[in-house]
Order: sequence, then C-alpha cells, then structure tokens
Amino acid sequence: MSARARPPLLDIDKLIDDPDTRILVCCGSGGVGKTTTAAALALRAANRGRRVVVLTIDPARRLAQSLGLSELSNHPRAVDLVADDGGGELHAMMLDMRRTFDDMVLAHAGRQRAQQILSNPFYQTISSSFSGTQEYMAMEKLGQLVHDDQWDLVVVDTPPSRSALDFLDAPQRLSTVLDGKIIRMLSAPARAGGLGLKRLVGAGFGLFTKAVSTIIGGQLLADASAFVQAFDSMFGGFRERARATYELLRSPGTAFLVIAAPEPDALREASYFVDRLSGDEMPLAGLVVNRTHPVLADLPATRALAAAEDLERAGSAPLASAVLRLHADRVAVADREKRMLSRFTRAHPAVALIGVPALPSDVHDLDGLREIGHRLAGE
Amino acid sequence: MTSPDRWTDELSRARLHVVTGKGGTGKTTVAAALALALASGGRRVLLVEVEGRQGIAQVFDTAPLPYSEERIAAAPGGGEVRALAVDAEAALLEYLSMFYNLGFAGRTLRKMGAIEFATTLAPGLRDVLLTGKVKECVRRTDSGGRHVYDAVVLDAPPTGRVVKFLDVTKAMADLAKVGPIRSQSDGVVRLLHSGDTAVHLVTLLEEMPVRETLDAVTELDAADLRPGAVITNRVRPPRLPARSMTAAAGGRVDASRVRTGLAEAGLELDSDILEGLVEETVEHAIRVQAEQRARADLDAVDLPALELPELTDGADTGALYELAELLGEQGVR
Repeated sequence: MSARARPPLLDIDKLIDDPDTRILVCCGSGGVGKTTTAAALALRAANRGRRVVVLTIDPARRLAQSLGLSELSNHPRAVDLVADDGGGELHAMMLDMRRTFDDMVLAHAGRQRAQQILSNPFYQTISSSFSGTQEYMAMEKLGQLVHDDQWDLVVVDTPPSRSALDFLDAPQRLSTVLDGKIIRMLSAPARAGGLGLKRLVGAGFGLFTKAVSTIIGGQLLADASAFVQAFDSMFGGFRERARATYELLRSPGTAFLVIAAPEPDALREASYFVDRLSGDEMPLAGLVVNRTHPVLADLPATRALAAAEDLERAGSAPLASAVLRLHADRVAVADREKRMLSRFTRAHPAVALIGVPALPSDVHDLDGLREIGHRLAGE
Repeated sequence: MTSPDRWTDELSRARLHVVTGKGGTGKTTVAAALALALASGGRRVLLVEVEGRQGIAQVFDTAPLPYSEERIAAAPGGGEVRALAVDAEAALLEYLSMFYNLGFAGRTLRKMGAIEFATTLAPGLRDVLLTGKVKECVRRTDSGGRHVYDAVVLDAPPTGRVVKFLDVTKAMADLAKVGPIRSQSDGVVRLLHSGDTAVHLVTLLEEMPVRETLDAVTELDAADLRPGAVITNRVRPPRLPARSMTAAAGGRVDASRVRTGLAEAGLELDSDILEGLVEETVEHAIRVQAEQRARADLDAVDLPALELPELTDGADTGALYELAELLGEQGVR
C-alpha cells in the first residue's frame, strides 16, 4: 500500500486563541457530539482568557445542566467557572426558536400589525413546527449575538437536521414560504399577480389551486393569506437580515468546524459539508472526529491473539488472556477508524483534522467538558 | 445473548415494519438487514425510505434510487428486496394526477416550488403523503388478489420525530375535513394502529440512545402505536472475567498478575506497553459497566429484544447478509 495520506493537524488552540476568530460554527450530522464539542470549545476558549458565549440548540438535559441551563432562554447566562480558570468568561444559552421569532416580528412590525401576525394561526404553526424555523432562528440569534458586541467569540451549535446541509438551506426555504408571491397566486389566481404563472401553466393552475385548497382546506389558505399580507411590509427587512447573516458566515472572522464520528454515515455527511462550504466560499477550519479509539499499547493484534489462545488452551491466566483479547478488539476498531479517515483524507487532502479519543463514559459536568477540551487540543 | 424474549409470532404477522432509532445507531443498516431477513425463503419485501437521504442506496452501495420500486438485492432462498425512496413532492403529484388531470402543469408547478410551498403550508401534509404512499404499498394486491409485498420495511425518521411522523390523525387536524386525502388518511390511520404494523427501535448500549428509546416507547404507547422489538446494534463482547470487572472499572488492574500471565504466553513486554494495556483494560471495564446499566434500563420496557454485534470491518453489503442471518437466528421471519 502506498504511503497513507497524512492530513494537516487541526490546531484548536491556535484557532480559539486568535483574536480574529469571532465566530465558530460547529456543524455535522446528528449523534456525533456536536453540542458537546461546541460546549467544550467554548469552555476551553474561556479558560484561555476569552469572553465567550455558546449558543446551543436542543442539548441533552445533563449537558445543559452542566452549563447551568435548566430551560430555554433567549438571553445568555454566565456559567460559573472555578477560580483557577484563566480569566475569561463563559456565557451559555439554549435557543428558544418561538421567542426569537416573536421578538423579530415585534422588532420589525408596528405594534398593531405585530399583534395581528402573532395571533394568526398560520404564524403559530410556522413559528413552532416548520422544519426550517429552527435553523433560521439559530442564524438570527447568531446575528444578534455578534451584533451585541459583548463577546470576543461566539460558538454556535447547529440544529439536529435531517442532513447537515439543511442548516444553510433552511433560511432560504423559509424565505420562499414567507415571500408573498406564491400565496397570492394561490389565493387569487385570477388577479394580476397570478397572470404570469397562469400563462405559463395554462388551465392546470386553476386545477392546482382547487386541489390545494381541497387538500389543505380553505380556512388554512385564508389564514395563510392574511398572514402573508400582514407580513408583507416587514418581509424585506426579514430577508435582508437573513442575507446579512449569510454574509457574516462568509466573513474572515468566521470559522467552520465540521464535526463527525469515525462512522461511514457521519463521514459521508462531513464530506458533503466540506464540499458545500467550499462551494459557498465559507471558511472551513477543519474536521473534528469525535470518539476515536486510538491504540494505547504498541503490540500487534496477531501476537496478542496468538498469546491469548496459548493461555486459553493451557487454561491459565484468565486476566492476561482477557487483556490480550480486548487489546486485539481495540486494534481492529482503531484500524477500521484509520481506514475510514484516510478515505476522507484522500478525497479532501487539504482539510486539517483532529481526532478526539472517546471518553469511556458520557460527559455531564464541566470537568468532563474540560477533559474533552484537552483532547480537542491534542493534549 | 440468551434473552428468552426474541422475535414473536405476533411480530411475524406484521406486514409493515417501521424501523426507527436515534441518529448514529445504524437504523438504516438494521432496516436493510431486517428486509433481507424477512425476504429469506422466497418472499418479496419492499424497503422504503422517506427522508430524502438516499441511505438505502448507500448501504447497498448502488446508485441513488429513483421514485420507483427497484429490485435492490436477492435474499437467501430465492427471495428479493425491492427499494423505494418516497419523495413527498412526487407523492403529491402522483396523488393529484389520480384525481385531477394536472399533467404538464404539475411539473411546472414543481419547478416553481409551489408544491414545496403547499407541503410547507400544512406541515402535516408531507407526513400524510409519505405514510399514504407506504400504506398503498402495504395494501397493494395483484390481479389474483394476493399482496404484492409479503412485508414492507420502513426506514423511518429518528426516534425524536417518529411519533409525530406516524401520528397521522393529529396531522390531519390541520388539513381539510373532506376530500381524497382525508379518505386516504383514514386508511393510513387504520393500518398504523392495527396489528399489521410494528415499530422497531434500534439502539446502542449507550446512555443517550437508550434514553431516547425509552422515551419513544412511552410516546408510542400514548399515541396508541405498537412498539415492536428493541434491536440493540453494535454489541461488543465483554472480555474481562466478571470478578475482575468492578475493580478494573475503578482503575484497579493487577498489573503484576497481567505481567506474569503474559510471560507465561512468552510475551515479555516493556513497562509502557504494559501500562497501555492496563489503561485499555480500565476503559474497557468502564464501558462494559455503562453497557450493563444501559441493558438493565432497556430490559425494563419488556419488549422482544434482539441483538446485533459490532462488525469490525464496517457495514458493507456483505455484512448486511451476515446481519440478516443473525436476525434469522433470533427468529425473524
């Protein structure tokens, strides 16, 4: 076999110590430990003297508790760091998407119009259960945190989407829905707004409208129509903010970390994400591979297994043979992980990478997060 | 692996097997293996995915699936697995064209995003369309009145979303009270809440996946949906003798005893290698203990329990057959 491709090593401390790094976005597929990584990075940066806020999305309960978060809140809270920590500050918050949306409406629409929007049943559906809302609101909150200018560094976790890419696309999808064009055509296809489309698709359009209203019901369509009319005046501002946040993500102060686990699915998602980020000219800092199992003892698996078999045949030293077997298991796991990572590196040779060895048990306190921080930094 | 409660006859009678699990537990791989196991012995099984991830194509290492039912694998004993990636937009168009002659207009509307829009307006509509298509596959019969598929396996959304996805009754509350979708969805509700459907939960022996599994069982019960089997994936063998486990997990491994034992097998190792082995042993023991706690929590739900081992070489297509065989040995048919 030819020499294994060696990726550049991702230097986490250099990244979080750099005063020009203002935003760190942690993205990746579900179940890879994104939220834990975001929290550990934020804690480490704070321990190294920066004023940090971490925006988490839907953290596991015990992880949230370790950060002193017991409920959704729309404002960051200070996390108690023990005295020997290095002079920085850590704040944490859990995104409340409904409140963030409400606040946006209140900020952008006049008082009366805002009430009209907030009480519309269609708004209530879209602000609490549309699949893109969480992503959109995470980006909105990120924009606000950066704008507040109270922190040196904002660390963001991304929502547990169906796919990692959703988080870049969802704001656009929501924009499309909130844009009044289609709904105006649906609710009044004969009027001027609908003419262009009608010419395009001919008589089919009337049928489509009829079909849609049969399916989703006239009342919902009417609510949606009222909502869009009320929303129309603030829509420009809305879209403008989404655009500004998107630009913020492309700015030099932002760094993306793609988080993965040494599993085929997670690495495949990571590959898509790396390609997508480079396609959109988003600044990728590197890949964090959580939960690796490096071999701790330099002993080939074949030798370990042969010796274990000798002992088992002789019926002696059960502890030693168990140790040899579990070592051989570990070598096999480590080899498999290395193979998968080298496949990723062959496809993306320039992407810097750091493996984070698995802790034997789950993280649910600051000590655990600090330990993850050491491992992220390769200590 | 000696649990008495394996696959049951009741589960064998199910025609729709819904497979869910927390992200990262390998639910697509398990769904594929389950489809192969159910197809063994000459039966025809359809494997369906609904999240647009093309996960089935990936585990079978084939090109992305189109919106049609394609043969994807042969099963032992002459059976076959077909696969379908259901897409809500395509399902809606298929639907509309059954009742309204949309033709070309439908395609144009799709390009404009009008259909994405309609499914967004009523979030429940997407799920109703997807489950509606699944129901159609489960109930479809040939000209002789026989079911086209002996079983349908659905690679469903993850545990956190699955009950919302399956709870069509609730979704329909948003939608029209009459019309073609309403009458179809009544059929979906009947299927999902009947003995023809079982919702299997894939988990790992780790704290978070187990907690999500337990939560999902509670939610399924509350929504009157039937939990099927709990399938524990990637189980690794405990290596240490039980009597050494607790001490090792507490960091106490008798290094001199290990050294003597290794010497007996002719291995004279440097002290840093020995230290490394001891450290690996401690980590192993801590993990095994956490797994034992996780297993005890799972036992509390009292559902049929199946286990699949960790495959060191990863889950390639060959491994799917191995997993299918192991499911067969645990009674899946």
